[in-house]
Amino acid sequence: MEHLGLWVAAFLTLGIYSFLYRDNPWYKLSEAIFIGISAGYWVVTLFWDNFYGKFWVGHGEDPWLWVGAVLGFLMLLRLVPKIGWISRWPLSFIVGATAGLWMMNYFSSNIMLQVKDTIMPLFGSGYTASAYDIVGNIVVAVGTFSGLVYFFFSKEHKGAFGATAKVGIWFIMITFGASFGYTVMSRMSLLIGRMDFLFSDWLGLIK
Amino acid sequence: MSIGKLSTGPTVLFLASLLIGLIISSMTSGLLAQSVIGTGDATDSVLVEVPGVAPATSLVAEEHKYDNGNSIDLYWVPSIDDQPEGGLVRAYHLYRSDNEAEATKIAELLPGANQYRDETVTPDNKYVYHIIAISDGASAKSIKTAPISPHREWLNYDKKYLFLIALIISAAVIFFVETAKRGKKLFIRKIAGLEAIDDAVGRATEMGRPILFIPGILDMDDVQTLAGLTILGRISRVIADYDCKIYAPVSRSLVMTAARETIKASYQAAGRPDAYSDDMVTYMTDEQFGYVAAVDGVMVRERPATVFLLGAFFAESLILAETGNSVGAIQIAGTARPAQLPFFIAACDFTLIGEELFAASAYLSGEPMQLGSLKGQDIGKAIAMVVIVAGVFAITIGEAWDVGFMHDLVRWLSDIFSTK
Repeated sequence: MEHLGLWVAAFLTLGIYSFLYRDNPWYKLSEAIFIGISAGYWVVTLFWDNFYGKFWVGHGEDPWLWVGAVLGFLMLLRLVPKIGWISRWPLSFIVGATAGLWMMNYFSSNIMLQVKDTIMPLFGSGYTASAYDIVGNIVVAVGTFSGLVYFFFSKEHKGAFGATAKVGIWFIMITFGASFGYTVMSRMSLLIGRMDFLFSDWLGLIK
Repeated sequence: MSIGKLSTGPTVLFLASLLIGLIISSMTSGLLAQSVIGTGDATDSVLVEVPGVAPATSLVAEEHKYDNGNSIDLYWVPSIDDQPEGGLVRAYHLYRSDNEAEATKIAELLPGANQYRDETVTPDNKYVYHIIAISDGASAKSIKTAPISPHREWLNYDKKYLFLIALIISAAVIFFVETAKRGKKLFIRKIAGLEAIDDAVGRATEMGRPILFIPGILDMDDVQTLAGLTILGRISRVIADYDCKIYAPVSRSLVMTAARETIKASYQAAGRPDAYSDDMVTYMTDEQFGYVAAVDGVMVRERPATVFLLGAFFAESLILAETGNSVGAIQIAGTARPAQLPFFIAACDFTLIGEELFAASAYLSGEPMQLGSLKGQDIGKAIAMVVIVAGVFAITIGEAWDVGFMHDLVRWLSDIFSTK
């Protein structure tokens, strides 16, 4: 049984990779199996974790669960055309509550701490940091300020303001370049993982 | 319903939910619901159970500042026999008595320890602590602390500056929203990429090929998904006018519902409700790469003339963008995920970088609510820019010439912008 699983997994892995050549029936089959099984998996997981685990077994003891249950039920009213509009209410609740929940977190981490950590000396007689650190401080201060200028939407990017915004976009692009290389390397690990499966687990060529 | 234009009922619920979310957020982040400081005093004393080792002294129990009343901080001076070299103390055993019951051991600590946070207390219960220094064959018990009872406090004054700045920005948002509602035109600079939307839709119409809209892979609880769907509202309005075809495969059921509502509202606004179909938006799977396989398949089979990738993306960003590129589609992408933006910049024709994605929805919709919000946020950025310039100037001058009031200014700014 274990071997059969390995062969099926290898067959589907190669089927997905066959897309690199072109769209073909093997890919379509693998794609359909992948989508169908993963969608089914999520349905089963959510059913057993939430409905069965929390309401059937747990009897919905936490009263907050019932708030979620009611909202979920209201969502299902979409299936009844005449009162389908009620499903907008839980949607509005989710969107509004999420915005409120995240607002202070984003505000704290993306604004307050960013500003605080940007306040660093560029040089100084009593400042004992190395030249490397000082260059780093200058890059952070200039990069953050000019980046903010770029994302300031209430003024046209012209003159000195435009020049500063251009410095900002240069900083952003250099950052993206570094990020690109770093992320490509992490993507390679995904490829290595699948190759390891094919050559080690399936074919046994790598011990 | 579109995300941009809510009818009255959902709007009221949205605002109420926003308020609830803010309160919950504040409570969990400590803005509200914290505790009153209380102190259980203890005087130095010695209660030696088995002679041979000195006890820890000055044991003090203090209620942890600004929490939900569920932790107590303990401090003490280690035993004089607790020395790094040749010390007699092998461990400290911390005991707690709950509501005058018999004391039980709650922690064993290594020599050298002089503080401990008890996070297993219940608000309003009474607790008494003592600590025993343990040596080889001997132990010494400290005096008990006075009874201490942790309480929940409603305000966390550590967050007062966060609250104040949030209040200023919120006031600015409300001011600009009201200004826009009165009909005053608010200036927003042009955003490259948005100008191309009409051209991209027109291109698809001329080529007789569909438009593919991908709202990312996160749910409706992510602000990028909301921004993507807001832009979808505007795009589908143009599509309805041009009588072009749109297809939006999604990976979340709630996003499917919201996307359908958004497109439906746009078609109704364009006077073409009959042209709308629920098949324009279909759910694929929640599984990240299963979704990618499905969308890639759609791209190579339907060969869309235009692909919009607007929302939250992860490892699938480059796969999707490259496939779209390979079928010759014009691609407009946008996300606030810094790690994925380089891929979109490399593989797409236009990219909305970070906050441009959020600004785009305001720019396109022209609605007072969104325009005012964007202008209000600009006030926040202006404050940040001024503080950065002032702070960097002050700390540099302070360090270079040791100017006292510059140091004070930096401390003041750091205090304001630190979030505990």
